[in-house]
Amino acid sequence: MLVGLALLALLAIAAIAAPWLAHADPSAMSPIKRLRPPGEEYWFGTDTLGRDLYSRVLYGARVSLIVGFAVAFLSTAVGLAIGLLSGFARRVDAVLMRIMDGLMAIPPVLLAIALMALTRASMGNVIIAITVAEVPRVTRLVRSVVLTLREQPFVEAAHAVGTPTWRILVRHILPNTVPPLIVQATYICASAIIVEAILSFLGAGMPPNVPSWGNVIAEGRTLFQVAAYIVIVPSIFLSITVLAVNLIGDGLRDALDPRLARRM
Amino acid sequence: MFSYLGRRILATIPVMAVVAVVVFALLHLAPGDPAAVIAGDQATVEEVAKVRAQLGLDRPLAVQFASWLGNVLRGDLGRSIYDGQPVTRMIAQRVAPTLALSLCTLFVALAVSLPLGIIAAWKAGTWIDRGVMGFAVLGFSFPVFVIGYGLIYLLSLKLEWLPVQGYASLREGVGEFAAHMVMPALALGWVLSALFARMTRTSMLEVLSQDYIRTAQAKGLSNRQVLVGHALKNAAVPIVTTIGIGIALLIGGVVVTETVFAIPGVGLLTVDAILRRDYPVIQGVVLVFSAVYVLINLAVDLSYGFLDPRIRY
Repeated sequence: MLVGLALLALLAIAAIAAPWLAHADPSAMSPIKRLRPPGEEYWFGTDTLGRDLYSRVLYGARVSLIVGFAVAFLSTAVGLAIGLLSGFARRVDAVLMRIMDGLMAIPPVLLAIALMALTRASMGNVIIAITVAEVPRVTRLVRSVVLTLREQPFVEAAHAVGTPTWRILVRHILPNTVPPLIVQATYICASAIIVEAILSFLGAGMPPNVPSWGNVIAEGRTLFQVAAYIVIVPSIFLSITVLAVNLIGDGLRDALDPRLARRM
Repeated sequence: MFSYLGRRILATIPVMAVVAVVVFALLHLAPGDPAAVIAGDQATVEEVAKVRAQLGLDRPLAVQFASWLGNVLRGDLGRSIYDGQPVTRMIAQRVAPTLALSLCTLFVALAVSLPLGIIAAWKAGTWIDRGVMGFAVLGFSFPVFVIGYGLIYLLSLKLEWLPVQGYASLREGVGEFAAHMVMPALALGWVLSALFARMTRTSMLEVLSQDYIRTAQAKGLSNRQVLVGHALKNAAVPIVTTIGIGIALLIGGVVVTETVFAIPGVGLLTVDAILRRDYPVIQGVVLVFSAVYVLINLAVDLSYGFLDPRIRY
């Protein structure tokens, strides 16, 4: 977990400080200097348009981290709201769960692709598309926690002394959903970073002019046999980022959920 | 038993109904006029009107849905905007490579993950266990195209053992087929095997702490007999459930893998359809893939009684 935190901190610093760390404007083209292999002048080389790969990869970290965190936050918030509602309001529960079952029957990457295919490429739309695909799983998790807690003696006791339902939700149920949700949010962050890269790689993600890792890899694809580094460098950064987030998730899971940790 | 079967099969109907509504709604949820979106940025007013009439987008929503659903139930998924071909036929033509890739991937994933998961559970807490779990985290963290390009770089460009891309059907010879299939199946299988290995380990750990395992060991059975004959059999239900869930991962992965390795399957069809904004094709692919996913999970549920005779419906 410490390794994960350290790696993520480094990446976050690189992303925030990208304008100062970068050697060049990530979109600045210089056709004369195209396809330079990694070396002293261009640390990671240049692409077909002579853009500095090092700078592009730095700026790419911004896209991945923003998308990862935004999706984790949004899908947790939305999933929490729907899950609480579903766990406590039996009437809407059946309807909501059928909708969630239906959404979960569509493979998440496919759903995100389908949503992106119709909207214009932008970071906001990428975040929304991935969030929609992730919400049903959060909802299920929250609902299962609520259903277990609802039968607990302390909730019954609260009911018995006349505590209003909303108060029980906020005071007794909500705090108990936090530990598993934090773990879940971390894994969602990791998967959102991968899905963004997949969407951009397939041409259904970030606008082509944005230097996201998926876009850089997609541009390098056709030249893979001549200039493999264009694909390899962002791939390494992408994998390390996701690995760092996953390591943090595993650490949080072990710390927050001892019962599960023993089994996993 | 049969009442359970019936109920379980009936339960897939509302799920597929929601899928159908979502797939249909996709076109209408998008901001702006769907006809304009499909026609593209450079379309003239006449072209937009033509698309609208072609897709029947000028009719009331309920009428559109009813007629669309009726067609879908009769196996008619509409026609491609791009070249007017029936979507059903386009998908049918591309099924073989996708099916081959999926089966090879599942084979690779299971061949790798089951032994790894069993060994990790058996040697729980040792460096072997930690090694397997480390592998699983790596599997979760490396997107399939990263592994794909890594394999191409190593096995095709550096060692020149395998062709870079493409697909050869079994009719072109088993050797050709295998040469083209090894890397895609490995790349996608790696991701899946991480998930399966983790679940195999978890459910094996649970089973290995049971009394009957101690009994089996006490009566002098070999480790192999205990692990495979007694433990794995009892751990099968959660493992098979995970395989069912893993199909969603497999389907998403197929789209990416076919793009990386230029395999002309349903996944590549999906990507082409996205780039052309060929919406009937995208809708058809999402619907078909989701139906396959739901049916496989139905089969998984129904297999419980067979895998574990203690489960009675």
